[in-house]
Amino acid sequence: MSDELLKVTNLVKNFELRVNNGARRKKRIVQAVTNVSFSVEKGQTLGLVGESGSGKTTVGRCILRLIEPTSGSVEFEGHDLGSLKFEEMRALRRKMQIVFQDPFASLDPKMTIGASISEPMVVQGVPGDHSDKVIELLELVGLSADHAQRFPHEFSGGQRQRIGVARALALNPALIVLDEPVSALDVSIQAGVVNLFEDLQSRLGMSYIFIAHDLSVVQHIADRVAVMYLGKIVEIGDQEAVYATPTHPYTKALLSAVPLPDPKTERARNRIMLEGDVPSPVNPPSGCRFRTRCWKAQDVCGQEEPMLTVRPSGQMSACHFPES
Amino acid sequence: MSEKVLEIRDLHVTFDTPSGPLEAVRGVDLDVSAGELLGVVGESGSGKSVSFLAAMGLLPARARVTGSVSLAGEQLIGASAKQMRSIRGRLLSMIFQDPLSALNPVHRIGDQISEMLRSHQDLSGREAEKRAIELLDIVGIPQPGDRARQYPHEFSGGMRQRVVIAIAIANNPKVLIADEPTTALDVTVQAQILEVIERVQERFGTAVVLITHDLGVIARVADRVNVMYAGRNVEQGTIESLFDHPSHPYTRGLLASLPRPGKQRLKPITGFPPNMLNPPSGCAFHTRCEFAADICKGEMPALVGFGDLQTACVRARDLPKNEIFL
Repeated sequence: MSDELLKVTNLVKNFELRVNNGARRKKRIVQAVTNVSFSVEKGQTLGLVGESGSGKTTVGRCILRLIEPTSGSVEFEGHDLGSLKFEEMRALRRKMQIVFQDPFASLDPKMTIGASISEPMVVQGVPGDHSDKVIELLELVGLSADHAQRFPHEFSGGQRQRIGVARALALNPALIVLDEPVSALDVSIQAGVVNLFEDLQSRLGMSYIFIAHDLSVVQHIADRVAVMYLGKIVEIGDQEAVYATPTHPYTKALLSAVPLPDPKTERARNRIMLEGDVPSPVNPPSGCRFRTRCWKAQDVCGQEEPMLTVRPSGQMSACHFPES
Repeated sequence: MSEKVLEIRDLHVTFDTPSGPLEAVRGVDLDVSAGELLGVVGESGSGKSVSFLAAMGLLPARARVTGSVSLAGEQLIGASAKQMRSIRGRLLSMIFQDPLSALNPVHRIGDQISEMLRSHQDLSGREAEKRAIELLDIVGIPQPGDRARQYPHEFSGGMRQRVVIAIAIANNPKVLIADEPTTALDVTVQAQILEVIERVQERFGTAVVLITHDLGVIARVADRVNVMYAGRNVEQGTIESLFDHPSHPYTRGLLASLPRPGKQRLKPITGFPPNMLNPPSGCAFHTRCEFAADICKGEMPALVGFGDLQTACVRARDLPKNEIFL
């Protein structure tokens, strides 16, 4: 596709875990992300959803090379990021930014807001005085010019998240990874920040990877959705298709577990109750990783790993017995 | 309505802070009926947790608590530490967001449940152990006999929350207060825990107070709802009425700000929650309310009947009909 911005192919990230087990030292491998592939088009939003331990944050960080992937490739505007030298990567980083979940931890308490927002420009060697740009950015995210002289503790969670967004925008990025950007915010504040993301995208045309566990927010903001379970994508496709006709049993169960703020539909719903917890990524189940909690699992699910396959409603899912 | 088990009247909680007194709860009235599931919603700082910590007698000494909390006829505000010890766990139990910090890491799960049983009931060690295993079974822990001999670190987050529920219901309390019990959990595990809470409520007739910020969770399990804002109860009613035709502008604002399928644009509540060191006069929501008038800045509105709801908004009758949802 011509307007493809980011292409991730067979991304793998294993973390090594040293376990002290009495006298014996064991090395264990945590398979955080296994063979994840997807692409993001210009101006689009990809929602990355999954429960804790599904690897969604690790994917986000591997894309920015904040952590080195074990294998696989990440292509950004046609450059294979893995083959770039440090300096080349640094230059490309201007175009890829990240906003973190915790707006309290992601701002330096001793730096003014203005200094925090201009820091990316200083680091990247953007010449000149940045104060006009800082004011422009503050106004862009719904804050005012006089906020530049203040410190993080003077702001609420929602305002801090806007500051984080302003900093991410400082270098006019083409891609922003939003890692749980509204989960720490109160409901009434969330809506304003979600609207801000939409407005910025329609004005500036950047792409988002929106990582979240809140499926309602992702449904609202994403064009495409990838559902992850235990390090793998189990279903990926257009938001409408995935939400209206989920084909992977996990997607279906996940959607049915999200409580909707409407008592009538909520109580009339047929709910799929999954048993147990997500297994450990140190020793994931063979074959389909979801089979230990799946009500449709057969012998074949333990022997053969299902591949992502196109379904009638357009999305792809990895299941031997897909929902129709 | 059935018998009231917990009655809170004119509850005030004030903390002395370096910047002056902070009144976190400013006159809350609230009833819990036997066997019902009452949802209490509000954003951070609305006073929802503090109200119930005050009822449990769990606030630090620097908190000044006034008003009345009566549980099955016993007055809890001003009760001695000894009286409260006898009430907590027997008549009134509370569970929290983080189950790990509620469990003792160096004691076996079964022993921790037994301890709770034996501190309120005259049971032998063996009887308590047997009952502990039954409780683990009730909250849906597989192989309860083996699991009772394990330690908290051997349990997952969802399983730990089940253990905490087992401890909380061990003495069949009249009221179980659950403060954000599923906030730290994944949605599929959240669904399991909500089911356990509902099961306990049905099986033992326990009244449950579910404190949460998630209106979806409320919609799923609650019978009635109380909406709190800036230390006040601003609206209450049955779940159907409150979601169908909310009357208070804050409740309306909350519902309008939620993403829903097919909704094009979210409608946030403007502004920020108030600084409770210096809350706005009158109705504390007037600074963020699109319907605010001069009258709202005057007196703090009390809850009054409005249709089948009770609402603390003097302008409730003058507000336009809701067309907020899409």
